Amino acid sequence: MSWITQTLSSSIGKKVLMALTGLFLILFLVVHLAGNLQLLVDDGGQSFNAYAYKMAHNPFIKVVSYGNFFFILLHAVIGIVLTIKNKAARKVGYHVSTKDSESTWASKNMPLLGVIILVFIVVHLMGFWAKAKLGIGEIGFVIIDGVEMHDLYTVVKTAYENILISGFYVISMIALGFHLSHGFQSAFQSLGLNHKKYTPLFKTVGTLYSYIVCFGFAIIPILMYLGISF
Amino acid sequence: MNITLKVWRQNGPKDKGGFETYDVKDVSPDMSFLEMFDVLNIDLEKDGKEGIHFDHDCREGICGMCSMYINGKPHGPKDAVTTCQLHMRSFKDGDTIVVEPWRAAAFPVIKDLMVDRTSFDRIMQAGGYVDVSTGGVPDANEIPIPKVVADEAMDAAQCIGCGACVAACKNASAMLFTSAKVSQLALLPQGQVERKTRVEKMVAQMEEEGFGNCTNTGACSAVCPKEISLEHIARMNREYLSAKVSSTNV
Repeated sequence: MSWITQTLSSSIGKKVLMALTGLFLILFLVVHLAGNLQLLVDDGGQSFNAYAYKMAHNPFIKVVSYGNFFFILLHAVIGIVLTIKNKAARKVGYHVSTKDSESTWASKNMPLLGVIILVFIVVHLMGFWAKAKLGIGEIGFVIIDGVEMHDLYTVVKTAYENILISGFYVISMIALGFHLSHGFQSAFQSLGLNHKKYTPLFKTVGTLYSYIVCFGFAIIPILMYLGISF
Repeated sequence: MNITLKVWRQNGPKDKGGFETYDVKDVSPDMSFLEMFDVLNIDLEKDGKEGIHFDHDCREGICGMCSMYINGKPHGPKDAVTTCQLHMRSFKDGDTIVVEPWRAAAFPVIKDLMVDRTSFDRIMQAGGYVDVSTGGVPDANEIPIPKVVADEAMDAAQCIGCGACVAACKNASAMLFTSAKVSQLALLPQGQVERKTRVEKMVAQMEEEGFGNCTNTGACSAVCPKEISLEHIARMNREYLSAKVSSTNV
């Protein structure tokens, strides 16, 4: 089995793990965004609460959510290991920093963007997930169709009415957008999936995806802060 | 032209080093960047000072020896040229030019602007060759190779191993160099026998030398004097993964 650990711990192996975990998280964000958009439905949070209840009581989603936590951790840990190794590969820096026309700002700042996202995830989980799952902090109950469930909608609404929290969410989503704008297409390159036909497609889809995810997640706290729903 | 040069001077690998400023007067715009250094060195030696050490050999852009990091870019401001093919007409009268050595843990400074790039040689020694007898020169068209494949192999084979990719990469990664060498042999029939072992060994050696990892920023390809494409990195990743899964090397 040593060849497996050797492969995965090689520089290419680590990048492949970054790519695979990243692609999983890219899929996760689509599902997460689709669910969250229900926060904007003008029904006092009924559809969002019912959705959250369904997700929390689906065994398949439960397994996927554990996978999700594991992949976020793995992505972060390998990212940190890679960054430390990369810093060690150039101990003395340049007096004049590199200028080139090709590299995007995001591609050069993936670790910084990653740290912002990690801090966001911790704050995000403490604010919402810990309240529902661990019973930390206050959370009310509502009854929808005769079933008693957590009133997560009110928790979110109360949080987003605070300009500091909603502002922090918006800024974090911009960082996420930049991270994804490089990460999406970079994942395919790391996996060796490069093709004259498909690489331009991956790049276009990746850019569109990062705009949609960034805009989609950022607009929710903005609209809820302003009290707009549909 | 009058130029102010800010050059990194370092007496040896252990020396701390620092910048020295030189005023170079009456520079001809037709001089190459290295010729301007030659003139400066003659003047320095006339004054009883030690000339600036720098690597150079063919001065035709094909050997890969010259290695100056000029104003924040390996081989200077022009695209697709080596330092020896960079001419002073690319600069303006009165310019200040900052010249530094390649910076990478795997390329330690020997003296001034000279760095030790034998780490590249060791990557080549690990597998960048065809070891099996491929016989004499075959008849033309005996081994059919599609034109696009031959072209791609030639594009990769253009790599002169100067190390500009490592110098420009924010992680000092040698992926572009190693992938060009892996690609040129993986694409051609003569390279098939050792294809899997080659990529495994070359990547292992690349890591052993302490180069960084690839973040796919594309800085390497942008500064490459031979314009080696990032496609070769994707190919090497593919080659490496399939070799690791299917080779019998445990």
